[in-house]
Amino acid sequence: MSSRYDTYRKFKSTCMSVLAVFCALLVVLPLILVFIYLLQMGISSLNWDFLTKLPQPVDPDHPGGGGMANAIVGTLELMGLALVMGVPIGLLGGIYLAEYGSEKAAVWIRFGADVLNGVPSIVWGLVGFTLVVAPMQNYSAFAGGVALAFMMIPMVLRTTEEVLVLVPGSYREAGLALGIPRWKITLHIVLRTAIKGIVTGVLLALGRVAGETAPLLFTALGSSLWNTSLKEPIAALPIQIYYYAISPFEDQNRQAWAGALVLILIVFILSLSVRMLSLRRKRS
Amino acid sequence: MTKPFSMSETAQSGTQPPAAPAAAPQSPAKAEEAKQEIAFDIQDLCVFYGAHQVVKNVFMTIPAKSVTAIIGPSGCGKSTALRTLNRMHELTPSARHTGKILLKGENLYGPGMDATIVRRRVGMIFQKSNPFPTMTIAENVLVGLRLNGIRDKAFLARRLEESLRMAALWDEVKDFLHKPGTSLSGGQQQRLCIARAIANRPEILLMDEPCSALDPIATAKVEELIHALKSQYTVVIVTHNMQQAARVSEKTAFFYMGNLIEYAPTEQIFMNPKNPQTEAYVSGRFG
Repeated sequence: MSSRYDTYRKFKSTCMSVLAVFCALLVVLPLILVFIYLLQMGISSLNWDFLTKLPQPVDPDHPGGGGMANAIVGTLELMGLALVMGVPIGLLGGIYLAEYGSEKAAVWIRFGADVLNGVPSIVWGLVGFTLVVAPMQNYSAFAGGVALAFMMIPMVLRTTEEVLVLVPGSYREAGLALGIPRWKITLHIVLRTAIKGIVTGVLLALGRVAGETAPLLFTALGSSLWNTSLKEPIAALPIQIYYYAISPFEDQNRQAWAGALVLILIVFILSLSVRMLSLRRKRS
Repeated sequence: MTKPFSMSETAQSGTQPPAAPAAAPQSPAKAEEAKQEIAFDIQDLCVFYGAHQVVKNVFMTIPAKSVTAIIGPSGCGKSTALRTLNRMHELTPSARHTGKILLKGENLYGPGMDATIVRRRVGMIFQKSNPFPTMTIAENVLVGLRLNGIRDKAFLARRLEESLRMAALWDEVKDFLHKPGTSLSGGQQQRLCIARAIANRPEILLMDEPCSALDPIATAKVEELIHALKSQYTVVIVTHNMQQAARVSEKTAFFYMGNLIEYAPTEQIFMNPKNPQTEAYVSGRFG
């Protein structure tokens, strides 16, 4: 009877819907649990001292001293360096792939970028070490920035290319028909149309790079002082968390939790701005 | 720079134009044609996409300051032929052409001719209107001037108003010039694109089926616009709508399968075609 078949169909449909929702929750649940756990473990040590003071040696009589101020600033500084060095190269590479590349060159560059996207981050640390630390004979913020920039380039390149390709060809044609030179069309018309997508891509890459520890371990090294020059080692949250987490002192372990909480908050804020940007894009 | 073809110049130099009215008894129409300036002189044009030939041995002279229509069924090569007139076919990697095209006496594809400069002299309007979405209406109209280095604000403001008035859009948008170009209706967007092309003050306007995406009222407005433009611009319009060609043009060319079958004054093409294929097409026996 058709109605019995209908009931069976509806039942199957409901089952699959439930399964889909369950799987979605399964994906989101670890994130929520991790975040709650971090909050629990870290919030007690997250105080004004933590955000403003330098790391202090452990004093058993006065627990909870010192903070990670230099690490927080250091992470932001390294992100800035990676941005300044990595984004122009990735952006121009993406523009080349989307607007000017010949078919053959484009295939190989894209392949190269995809491979580089999968390279373990510690390899980028080695690259930074070989290219910057060894010649300079010093660990430095600059080296850390270079390693992170190298990580960012293939990400920015691919997302830029993908966004530029989405700009309809009719805009380029219209610009050419007006007798505007090609590079001006790319700069003023195509890039301008795609800018929100490009910024989204850059912010995503930045968020990914903000939490990387391995590339910084032997380029930026970490420090317990304020960084005053690009040629000096610099503290960063991931490094500081690592050292504090493996330390035997409970005091420092607690501070590591707080550091992890701050780090995830930074990444969270970046992702939130990405979301907000793309929402505004949808509305317009 | 182009040298305008004018009777006074040739009279001064002493050479006689080919159909000198004083010398032999000629019909007034022929004399009129001879006096008229020629915008494009197309000689033996063939266009290939890879190995496939889409335009075959076309000979045509397009008169200046008038409207010439190109009609024909889909895939007959009319859009391709149009695009060779402002070197837009070069954007397709596999496209190549043979033959000569003279723009007011100059070889369009000559060694000294820069494609970008050519396109400032020969503007194009596309089938689907394409105002730039990140720019306001005012910026859209002036983009061709701004991006080519013109900065004088007073000049730009004047050009903006003139172009929008010529495109019959000024009254509708003068209070909303800061709104994005895409906030207009389809017909208004197409007129905006026309204003944008006119702002460059090209010598010639090419239109590739400009009304095919528009409703009848917007189409009527654009056709009115074409009538108004022809006193100052040469217009070449490709259209698959025969009635539109009959309404707006002075001369019509009928293309079929890449060949130019017949090219004559519009009345002749539609009332009294000489070629049986033309007759079959305009009477609707195939399309």
